[in-house]
Amino acid sequence: MFKLSEDGLKYVKSELTRYETKQSAIIRCLYRAQDENGGWVSPEVIQHLSEVMEIPAAQIEEVATFYTMFNKQKVGRYHVQVCCTLTCGMLGGRELTDAMMKEAGCKKTGETSADGLFTFSKVECLGSCDTAPMLQINRDPYIESLSTEKAVQLVRDLRAKAKGH
Amino acid sequence: MAESKYLTEHYGKPEYCTLDGYKKLGGYQVLEKALKMQPQQIIDEVKASGLRGRGGAGFATGVKWGFLPNNGEPRYLLCNADESEPGTFKDRLMMERAPHQLIEGMIISAFAIKAKKAYIYIRGEYTGPAAILEKAIAEAKAAGYLGKNILGSGFDLDLDLYIGAGAYICGEETGMISSLEGLKGQPKLKPPFPAVQGYLRKPTIVNNVETLAAVTYIIRDGAAGYRKYGTEKSAGTKLFSISGNVNKPGTYEVPLGYKLMDLINIECGGMKPGRKLKAVVPGGSSAPVITAEECERATLDYECLAQMGTMLGSGAIIVIDDSNCMVDVLSTITHFYHHESCGQCTPCREGTGWMEKIVHGIVHGEGKPGDIDLLLKIADQMKGRTICALSDAAALPVLSFVTKFRDEFEYFIREKKSKVRGGQIYAQMHA
Ligand SMILES: Cc1cc2nc3c(=O)[nH]c(=O)nc-3n(C[C@H](O)[C@H](O)[C@H](O)COP(=O)(O)O)c2cc1C
Ligand code: SF4
Ligand code: FES
Repeated sequence: MFKLSEDGLKYVKSELTRYETKQSAIIRCLYRAQDENGGWVSPEVIQHLSEVMEIPAAQIEEVATFYTMFNKQKVGRYHVQVCCTLTCGMLGGRELTDAMMKEAGCKKTGETSADGLFTFSKVECLGSCDTAPMLQINRDPYIESLSTEKAVQLVRDLRAKAKGH
Repeated sequence: MAESKYLTEHYGKPEYCTLDGYKKLGGYQVLEKALKMQPQQIIDEVKASGLRGRGGAGFATGVKWGFLPNNGEPRYLLCNADESEPGTFKDRLMMERAPHQLIEGMIISAFAIKAKKAYIYIRGEYTGPAAILEKAIAEAKAAGYLGKNILGSGFDLDLDLYIGAGAYICGEETGMISSLEGLKGQPKLKPPFPAVQGYLRKPTIVNNVETLAAVTYIIRDGAAGYRKYGTEKSAGTKLFSISGNVNKPGTYEVPLGYKLMDLINIECGGMKPGRKLKAVVPGGSSAPVITAEECERATLDYECLAQMGTMLGSGAIIVIDDSNCMVDVLSTITHFYHHESCGQCTPCREGTGWMEKIVHGIVHGEGKPGDIDLLLKIADQMKGRTICALSDAAALPVLSFVTKFRDEFEYFIREKKSKVRGGQIYAQMHA
């Protein structure tokens, strides 16, 4: 069963009155709940938000499904979103994704590595085409101007970091 | 003429991000001037400046503001910071380097259109710029530039940030309004236009980040001062996002009317060693591609590019050299539009799906005779028949790529391999 933390509940309560209508708080509250739920929006998350926000679950679900930044399935600790659109596509984004996935042990996009660390997605232009190819992990600052070598090293570094903790 | 740092004059200075630094460099002085003007005077000045929307459609800003009905209903100002048109990244730079510049432009614009509430709609992936903006908004509030009775003028304005969650279609103004209302970001049929019935069915002006930032400069220098840059019909400067196969990709501000090849060769340091220019997508992925020969004649203004059958769009220039396979490049574009179609209209939903499938087939060496004509037919049927312009935006690149680089598509279908890149198919190209 999913439940927001004390702080999470406070956050949701304050967001509900932030905009002209409380529906407008759905996106921010979904982000918060996704973060507290280990990176994804489960049916329980939607149910819980529906109760706390007093908004029908179907409406929250509709929003959660429409936008790509809400994960409707479990993802690894690092959700690696590689841009593969126009410029990044031309400059190696697709090759780089495949190489990273191989290093991480993921056979296809959307699949989480056995160690639970990595899930890869090919995403659309992230607005950083001058530093192509580039990627974003979770909602963290962009990682830019990559090469396949640098990207593979990134997977190794993240794995080492995770093991060290 | 060369690069003109007008809006971007202080972008190299880190202190420009802070309220104090921004004020030391002249910030918020124009706001003081504007608040002493009549709102209509500001609208007239913006009209006279010839400023056109920098978000993509290039609609005259002052004219749009003039569409607001005088029915006493509350009005909203909505800043479009969704920036999702492939190739575009200049709004991100503006928000990162000059958050107060946007805020000042928004306060002046809101005062002009008599809006008491304004939102910046920023795409969800831009978490860094969003944090910068949140901080800047708080600073501006604390300093009395936002809130009640701004600088003793009697004008009240509340400004807040709204974050998206990954959907190109939320950059379309009515999709953005749906999203802001807490719904799926699906566009709505126009008319009514947002200026008449927008957010919560109230009159709403939607403008791009760069458009709103430019308003401050028009009030500072007057319409005539602003018009020192650019051409008669394309006034002012514009920030161009340039990416692809050039030596120095980045954001450059130049006067409208600037030569495309100068931008590529001077500002961007030309093509990579040993490479030749093949094509340019001049205004974001929705803009029809132009060939290297056409580039020689192209100037960066609304008229020239329209005459060439393409558009200035968001000012996103993607430079493509001779090492690229045009079928492969188009495959990323068709994938994008299929992924981003919101699915409400049949021609768009089905058309983007078919186009992606066909181009995908060709690039995997599975193209069939007749594919080219089929592509052209589908693209043609997608134009002008849908709720929003995404459908047209998806059709135009297909029509232009296939028409202008038909030999590459024919070769790929016939030989089952690319005409460039050593005759590979997709799997080899991206190994
Ligand atoms: C599919 C689609 C996507 C769009 N994306 C953006 C965008 O990311 N940013 C933007 O400013 N305008 C975008 N627009 C244009 C907006 O609908 C609108 O015209 C613009 O924000 C108006 O501002 P402006 O007049 O200042 O350019 C898009 C339009 C369409 C049809
Ligand atoms: S044209 Fe496409 S994106 Fe626009 S409303 Fe119709 S289906 Fe949605
Ligand atoms: S194409 Fe990858 S960031 Fe724009």
